[in-house]
Amino acid sequence: MGIQTSEITAVVGRDRTADSEDAPLLQVRDLHVEFRTRDGLAKAVNGVNYSVRAGETLAILGESGSGKSVSSQAVMGILDSPPGFVTGGEIIFKGQDLLKLHSEQRRKIRGTQMAMIFQDALSSLNPVHTVGTQLGEMYRVHAGTSKKDAKVKAIELMERVGIPAAKERVNQYPHQFSGGMRQRIMIAMALALEPDLIIADEPTTALDVTVQAQVMELLADLQAEYNMGLILITHDLGVVADVADKIAVMYAGRIVETAPVHELYKRPAHPYTRGLLDSIPRLDQKGQELYAIKGLPPNLLRIPSGCAFNPRCPMAQEICRSEVPPLHAVTEADGTPLPGRGSACHFWKETIHG
Amino acid sequence: MPDQQPNKPDGVPDDANTELSSAFAQTPTLGAMEVEGMLEKEDLHHAEAQSSESVGITDREVPRSLWQDAWRELRRNPVFLISGVLIIFLVTVAFWPGLFDSTDPLSCNLANSQQGPTSGHPFGFDTQGCDVYARTVHGARASITVGVFATLGTALLGTIMGGLAGFFGGWIDAVVSRIADIFFGIPILLGGLVFLSVIPSRSVWIVVAFIVVLGWPQIARIARGAVITARQQDYVTAARALGAGNSRLMLRHILPNALAPIIVVATIALGTYISLEATLSYLGVGLKPPTVSWGIDISSAADTFRNAPHMLLFPAGALCITILAFIMLGDAVRDALDPKLR
Repeated sequence: MGIQTSEITAVVGRDRTADSEDAPLLQVRDLHVEFRTRDGLAKAVNGVNYSVRAGETLAILGESGSGKSVSSQAVMGILDSPPGFVTGGEIIFKGQDLLKLHSEQRRKIRGTQMAMIFQDALSSLNPVHTVGTQLGEMYRVHAGTSKKDAKVKAIELMERVGIPAAKERVNQYPHQFSGGMRQRIMIAMALALEPDLIIADEPTTALDVTVQAQVMELLADLQAEYNMGLILITHDLGVVADVADKIAVMYAGRIVETAPVHELYKRPAHPYTRGLLDSIPRLDQKGQELYAIKGLPPNLLRIPSGCAFNPRCPMAQEICRSEVPPLHAVTEADGTPLPGRGSACHFWKETIHG
Repeated sequence: MPDQQPNKPDGVPDDANTELSSAFAQTPTLGAMEVEGMLEKEDLHHAEAQSSESVGITDREVPRSLWQDAWRELRRNPVFLISGVLIIFLVTVAFWPGLFDSTDPLSCNLANSQQGPTSGHPFGFDTQGCDVYARTVHGARASITVGVFATLGTALLGTIMGGLAGFFGGWIDAVVSRIADIFFGIPILLGGLVFLSVIPSRSVWIVVAFIVVLGWPQIARIARGAVITARQQDYVTAARALGAGNSRLMLRHILPNALAPIIVVATIALGTYISLEATLSYLGVGLKPPTVSWGIDISSAADTFRNAPHMLLFPAGALCITILAFIMLGDAVRDALDPKLR
């Protein structure tokens, strides 16, 4: 453990010197989240570090249960508690540690300075209120706008996210909208007060492919327009490639690899990432059996000792079962540093170079 | 419960299809040309449907919210219509008994004791020589008042207690639920015999308060369950992620979505509260004379049932009709609001 933390601070430390001119908007340091369940302690997030700057997009990639959603819920402060508890770490947003704030102070930050977009827009919109009411609520609660002005603003917002006939549709209920339109409304709600940071938790998973592209494009456009930081949580490697600046791959509550987006696709430095990339169907492999990572993600109540990925890893050796690999700074074969890259694998050199 | 929503898509493509199929049904023998024409028409329909979907909903059929949908369902339900008419009638009788009867139910002439129906006195006289028709008409007020206000009281108290328990969970839930269990454990008639018999002057409001005190746990349980279900919905998390506070979450996002089962249970309870008032009055621990109540009249008529059955039959019949009307209403409301029956 000792080695690991020092190594992590080494990586994070370098990050910080690079960012010294403009401090990152959000910096998560050594975040731990656990769920105290009847079956025991589920360690959902075990020491996660990442940072996002204004205008930057960080994609957090991982399977279900890898802790990607839980870590972002902890950042938003909407973790269901109990059973979920943040047991350690810092979440520094605009220079202040959110974990040290009162719940009321955190509530005021939500919606105004950081907002979240959810996976399923139908269930994320209240069925008994019209979309106009729900959009207007953002202004009425946080800015004290009058009912009439809030509605005007709601229509403006709907137009900005590309909902046709916004004036007529503002009085409709969520179930009267198609999936893509609902997700646009969710995005509009999150954007209403022009927050500095948006966390999008699988924003396109519930949509069909053509609409996915439109929604991602909209999100990217709006992000550029407002210079927001964006954390994109996804398990879809395809969605990430076009929008993200950098990627953090999570496995069993840890970040196992970080890299600028295109480098990750070109040269993965962790066997898990490589497995993910290899399991994307490709046209030139037509007729062959599709690669799949063997086994299942670990039960968070019983995370394997050593590297959590070792039971499924083709490269696993004795050391992987006993020692947790720290997040090594990844370099070229000749030792030239690759900025922003890290891999939590004992054999990262073999993975990336050989 | 998002499932409660009539999860209908825009409805336009469906419409187009049904129209088409009915068109086919009307012309069983179609020439090739006509089929082609139909197919073209179908394409057109689809194109139209798609464009209207992307532009907005045409005003052909405006989808409805849960409540609008429930109201539509209710309007078509004969049970609701019958019970509705009966209830309107009963409420009118309760508020303006003078419209139906000009006799004073308390001015009695012992000379008429136990006389059967005569002209001008269609329901006859009771043992004290009071006009049974007048007493039946005036008795409606006590029953309706107790039923309506006891229901409002239990619904309010039960929703608040159950809602708080369901929303906050943890020790608040534990405390509220145990208190509810204590009250739930008291048999309501035994409770009435014990508590009400020690109160000397029992007005309608005392009986209402008694029913509220012993009746709220029933609503609280329903409310707690409904709130817990609603609380776990994504839209509540989403509202929280966008900065909504506890009171806003409870009142704006959870309560409207938890209200349907509470309304259903409360409407059905209304009928039972009316019969409970009559039962308590019959046992002598409910309302007391000079308040006019069907329960009191049934109680005093029971002894002489063989000689003068009219004394019992009219108030008992009125009570039956009233309870039936409210229970039918509750049934209809449940059918309209319970998504599982859809």
